Amino acid sequence: MTQFRMQLNCPLPELDFDVITMGHGSGGVLTNKLLDDVILNLFSDELENERHDGAQLSLEGNTAFTTDSFVVSPLFFPGGNIGDLAVNGTINDLAMCGAIPQYLSLSLIIEEGLPMTDLWEVLLTIQQCCKQAEVKVVTGDTKVVERGKGDKLFINTAGIGKVHPQADIGINRVQAGDKIIVSGPLANHGMAIMSVREGLEFETEIQTDSAPLHQPVKNLLDEFGSSVHLLRDPTRGGVGTVLNEIARSANLGVNLRQVDIPVDEQVAGACELLGLDPLYVANEGLFLAIVAEDIYEAALGQLRENGFARSACIGEVTDEHLRQVVLTSGIGGRRVVNMLAGEQLPRIC
Amino acid sequence: MKFLTEYRDPELAQSYLEEIRKTVTRSWTIMEVCGGQTHSIVKNGLLGLLPDEITMVHGPGCPVCVTPLHLIDKAVYLAEEKNVILCSFGDMLRVPGSERSLLQAKAKGADVRILYSPLEAVKLAKENPDREVVFFAVGFETTAPANALSVLHAQRAGLTNYSILASHVLVPPAMEAVLADDENVIQGFLAAGHVCTIMGIDAYYPIAEKYQIPIVVTGFEPVDLLQGILMTVRQLERNQYELENQYKRVVRPEGNLAAQKAIEQVFQIADREWRGIGTIPQSGYEVRPELAAFDANKKFSVNIHHAQECAACIAGQVLKGLKKPFECSQFGKACTPSTPLGAPMVSSEGACAAYFHYQEA
Repeated sequence: MTQFRMQLNCPLPELDFDVITMGHGSGGVLTNKLLDDVILNLFSDELENERHDGAQLSLEGNTAFTTDSFVVSPLFFPGGNIGDLAVNGTINDLAMCGAIPQYLSLSLIIEEGLPMTDLWEVLLTIQQCCKQAEVKVVTGDTKVVERGKGDKLFINTAGIGKVHPQADIGINRVQAGDKIIVSGPLANHGMAIMSVREGLEFETEIQTDSAPLHQPVKNLLDEFGSSVHLLRDPTRGGVGTVLNEIARSANLGVNLRQVDIPVDEQVAGACELLGLDPLYVANEGLFLAIVAEDIYEAALGQLRENGFARSACIGEVTDEHLRQVVLTSGIGGRRVVNMLAGEQLPRIC
Repeated sequence: MKFLTEYRDPELAQSYLEEIRKTVTRSWTIMEVCGGQTHSIVKNGLLGLLPDEITMVHGPGCPVCVTPLHLIDKAVYLAEEKNVILCSFGDMLRVPGSERSLLQAKAKGADVRILYSPLEAVKLAKENPDREVVFFAVGFETTAPANALSVLHAQRAGLTNYSILASHVLVPPAMEAVLADDENVIQGFLAAGHVCTIMGIDAYYPIAEKYQIPIVVTGFEPVDLLQGILMTVRQLERNQYELENQYKRVVRPEGNLAAQKAIEQVFQIADREWRGIGTIPQSGYEVRPELAAFDANKKFSVNIHHAQECAACIAGQVLKGLKKPFECSQFGKACTPSTPLGAPMVSSEGACAAYFHYQEA
């Protein structure tokens, strides 16, 4: 698995501990050393009110606010780690509200025994992701739990962003005839995680698609404004689950065409091997845009010009078969794409 | 996906459909034996494409579905009471026992783990010498070789804390049980390709002969299934009853001899109870007596009473192809994948789950 780890381009500070101990959560000397030498060391430019109990912010206009927790196992996987998920996940939740992310909070729940190098690597990733996305970590928290009472590292991030002035996004805006655009191929993140999960390791080059999505969303809203009716990032549960939620909430139907749904060949092969349906596998850098019929081709063209070469129109909203997602299979048969009852589990034979 | 997309080719599929339409002159009822085939049929919307004359009936080919209730209860008991690390494939964990499923036992604190290979369980046994590791070994002939290998590996490693709770069932006796039923309506079989990959095809000749029924060994992709249906319909229309092999690219007549050897070293054929169907003579594998130390059934002599199945559940009739899932009064109402009354609704290979999940649009 180590081949997937990024190179640390910022050396770990000289520390007299190589793993996290309960003392790092005690509030005493070790806690202060962890904060000063590790966390504040990385985020001091951004933490405008270091050591204060909270951040003081000036906000103007419509504001979006979200929070998410990240408990992925393993912490490191092809193409990323829990750190970029924690930043990109919250950025994307804001982006799906049509907002430009500005500020993040960062809470770490660390299990006793976590190697400092692992924590450092995750924090470096967080720092880099925040810089690239131009968001600031302005407040945070660190807790340590006993060995066995966590799974190495849990991260919670909350985010605040300014809603795009042209945005008018909501489930009530979805209407029959709207087109469903997906920004790229499905299922890469879920299968990248599967490929390194204990007991299931298989050789593959599949990498997570984890990425911030606020820029392409901003571009869409700049050009097409309120013709963008709904945005969703299909993380856990995948595209199939999100479309079911939309069909049920909007009391409309959804038609999908299997032949138009982009899936990388390696990902499709891995799903096949494990008996998983890419429609239900998690994504971390993918969004669905439900847009007015008259702008969908232009919207697709804009996405493709801006690096989303595999974006595609995969179907449309309909006033038939209300509250159901119906897929036309590759050979022309039709079937319902339902909500999953539980986690997708590999088949046994 | 290489070597696979061609078996999902829409034009090829359409040409088989066209040929089926041209060939069929009367109504025929065909059973696909394997749950994987059921899923592929429903997932690809084949039922809506086939001519009305052809009725596809779903067979007992879901090993999770037919695992007896008392064995699930036993697995739950071992995990809860005997400090056992109970391992199995994911599907098995959701199947309801008489009181709770393994997943519910896990939520209450039992050490229940989802594994993807029985060899992982052997590794777990090595790493946990102070615990007993039991692998709930479920499946048809397809999973038997890997489960057998796990016992051989554990024996070679000198492990004394590894055993399997074997719940293996065999396909040919089940097909005979379906045909021998007084209410049987099946006129042709698509035999399960994966099983034949391991065991070969010899066992099917006498069944075709004795019951005068066409049997076509068939794969799992849409084009495989349509070709298998066409081959069956052609035989039916000509009043033939032969064994044919549609899945020649994978199935050799003699099967996989190395896998068969591993099975023979560890298992012997025995009478087996099938959930919803009853006991079928000589229809399962049990661990050989000389390997009793690796047989959880012998190692943990737990007396689990045979529990009553839910009276409203018609799983047995579904498994024998006598009823379609939607003919059950509980289907989609009291019985859903979230609240299953019987195993065909909970296993991903189960016919009821397939209908619920992919119901025809």
